Amino acid sequence: MTREMTGAEMVLQALKDQGVQHVFGYPGGAVLPIYDEIIQQDDIQHILVRHEQGAGHAAEGYARSTGKPGVVLVTSGPGATNMVTALTDAMLDSIPLVCLTGQVPTHLIGTDAFQECDTVGITRNCTKHNWLVRNVNDLPRILHEAFYVATSGRPGPVVIDIPKDVQFAKGIYQGPTATPAAAHKSYRPQVKGDITAIRHAIELMANAKKPVFYTGGGVINSGPQASILLRELVQLTGFPITSTLMGLGAYPASGENWLGMLGMHGTYEANMAMHDCDVMICIGARFDDRITGRIDAFAPNARKIHIDIDPSSINKIVKVDVPIIGDVGHVLEDLVRLWRTSGNKADPSAMKAWWGQINLWRARNCLAYTPNSDVIMPQYALQRLAALTKGRDTYISTEVGQHQMWAAQYLGFESPNHWLTSGGLGTMGYGLPAILGAQVAHPDALCVCVAGDASVLMNMQEMSTAVQFGLPIKIFILNNQYMGMVRQWQQLLHGNRLSHSYMESLPDFVKLAEAYGGVGFRVDKPGELDDAILEMIAVNRPVLFDCRVANLANCFPMIPSGKAHNEMLLPDEANDEAVANAISAEGKALV
Amino acid sequence: MNAQNVNAPSAYFMAEVSDKTETHTLSLLVDNEPGVLARVIGLFSGRGYNIDSLTVSETEHEAHLSRITIVTTGTPMVIEQIRHQLDRLVPVHRVTDLTVQARLNSIDAPLERELALVKVAGHGEKRLEALRLADAFRATVIDATTEHFVFEITGRTSKIEQFIQIMKPLGLVEVSRTGVAAVQRGPESL
Repeated sequence: MTREMTGAEMVLQALKDQGVQHVFGYPGGAVLPIYDEIIQQDDIQHILVRHEQGAGHAAEGYARSTGKPGVVLVTSGPGATNMVTALTDAMLDSIPLVCLTGQVPTHLIGTDAFQECDTVGITRNCTKHNWLVRNVNDLPRILHEAFYVATSGRPGPVVIDIPKDVQFAKGIYQGPTATPAAAHKSYRPQVKGDITAIRHAIELMANAKKPVFYTGGGVINSGPQASILLRELVQLTGFPITSTLMGLGAYPASGENWLGMLGMHGTYEANMAMHDCDVMICIGARFDDRITGRIDAFAPNARKIHIDIDPSSINKIVKVDVPIIGDVGHVLEDLVRLWRTSGNKADPSAMKAWWGQINLWRARNCLAYTPNSDVIMPQYALQRLAALTKGRDTYISTEVGQHQMWAAQYLGFESPNHWLTSGGLGTMGYGLPAILGAQVAHPDALCVCVAGDASVLMNMQEMSTAVQFGLPIKIFILNNQYMGMVRQWQQLLHGNRLSHSYMESLPDFVKLAEAYGGVGFRVDKPGELDDAILEMIAVNRPVLFDCRVANLANCFPMIPSGKAHNEMLLPDEANDEAVANAISAEGKALV
Repeated sequence: MNAQNVNAPSAYFMAEVSDKTETHTLSLLVDNEPGVLARVIGLFSGRGYNIDSLTVSETEHEAHLSRITIVTTGTPMVIEQIRHQLDRLVPVHRVTDLTVQARLNSIDAPLERELALVKVAGHGEKRLEALRLADAFRATVIDATTEHFVFEITGRTSKIEQFIQIMKPLGLVEVSRTGVAAVQRGPESL
């Protein structure tokens, strides 16, 4: 469609044409014309947050739980700078976000005007791309291009900076093109994998004696079909499978071949399988330092196959033998089809031996912990949460720290897009707004944020948003009165000198919930936990659940910094001395 | 099976296994839009890559395309990374590693030229010597008084470096260099 309208009208029209239903945002001087359009229509619902960072993380949760891009609208200057953390978070975890920022009028740009900042300059390195729109006639093209760039190839955040005079100016609106990929002059990511490389991968897999699938967030980003194909491939081959933090749910935790998460706080069996494997099939993961541990001791005997849509992920950290550039879903489709038609089968005797070895590692029972009948162990709290939410459509987000790792270890994810966590950037303050965004997209689902007492305070103000919009999010706080992971690292690295990791003067979370207009729970006895969790689920209002847990529990198993996959610290071996000496002098310098 | 033998349209398969640093010349075709140079430079500074030389100018006015030539130093793995990181910038149309291209054609280096303006001041024998050497280097005098010359010299980076070194004892005042412009030998374009 083509007709004359103002820049602000174009924004709303383009959002509608792109199928947007929800926008997270916060008004301010430089976006008032767009807000004036918002109130005059009903197609797009605007969720008013309490801080722009909250809007960004809410849009991330929305995007991750739906597979659609999250849309954010904020004002110039502080509105834009408050978005930087969320944009960087989305950049590192490849989450599609379209962020619209207001800007001072074009004639004031560069004059240090009120609420002016160089938004495109500041966000250049934390977005996939960004635009400053100087002419209203460029606006429709840029708006549509932004959705294309954010969602195609390796997804990511984009920013469109729109000066206020451009929002008022009139121009000709153009609708989106049917084929944005063909129409784009320079950005056309490769989605189909090279068939020759896929055949080589199949050859390696068919001859493998000790194979392992190592999958990541790319499987989730590729869409639900990729997860279905992955499950099919695992079943066809019978290979064991592990996943990164970001990839949890692509293969079900109840699946037979599931080894659990890998990496720094991954399971013993997953990390040992990675270390000892002879063929590694990396699907949509990027050999992050949390995954690999010591690079020179990473899977030393493995031939590596790497499927990734981003060519720059290949050979970045780890040299691979068979790179396959393409969208995970497309490549898996070819891989499954060719595996079937080639009549390949994994070597049965080798697989029997490999699974025998894996089962010995599994028997090590690396996630065991000492139960306690007086104090709630954090692991126990999460096991009960998992048990009592089983069978429901449950979305889980986390903040960042020990509780995040425990949630990844103990909750058990069965389907993709149900697990929202800040993996790459590790943003404390992500979880509460992220689950709010997921609840907006899935109003009838159970949406739980597993939080820590420190992280949850970073974006606590979004409780107010939840109350305003009737979003019954459940904030399940594992309250140990410490920044638990910081305290654990101080114990590991710094002689247990707990510098500023104790949260003195924590608020009364029950009263805080009530002050916001939500519901508060406090539980400190294991025996009372189940009833309280059930009550929390039953309440149809925002909840802060203050679960008082053992203060000094550590998160194990753990690959200490600078160590290899087969040098894990297991909970039953982690006495004070082992913990104090786990990390060498060189390892201390690592993060 | 060796990855280098995989017949796929990707240069990873050609990547060498070596940790020695090499100097490569990359050529980029980009949209001439505001901020594109900042994106390229920001990528280098943000990820800790080296820039030895960088030149940029619009080369196709109707298509608003600019050509950026970057000379960079790194291990082959890092240079591969740089190429792919540049390639995923949205306004970048094409990235070519001219050094790799030259090697594939059994040529030791692409055609590279730099221009420098070299100001030398002095009297007597030194002044004559400077003029004689400039002539030997095929530098031309584009400005002069009885006290100075400004030489214009064109050539590969090594030639310019050598000329500047020679001029130092002869009264070198200042130098302005364009950085490297480069194309591939032969009839093909990027």
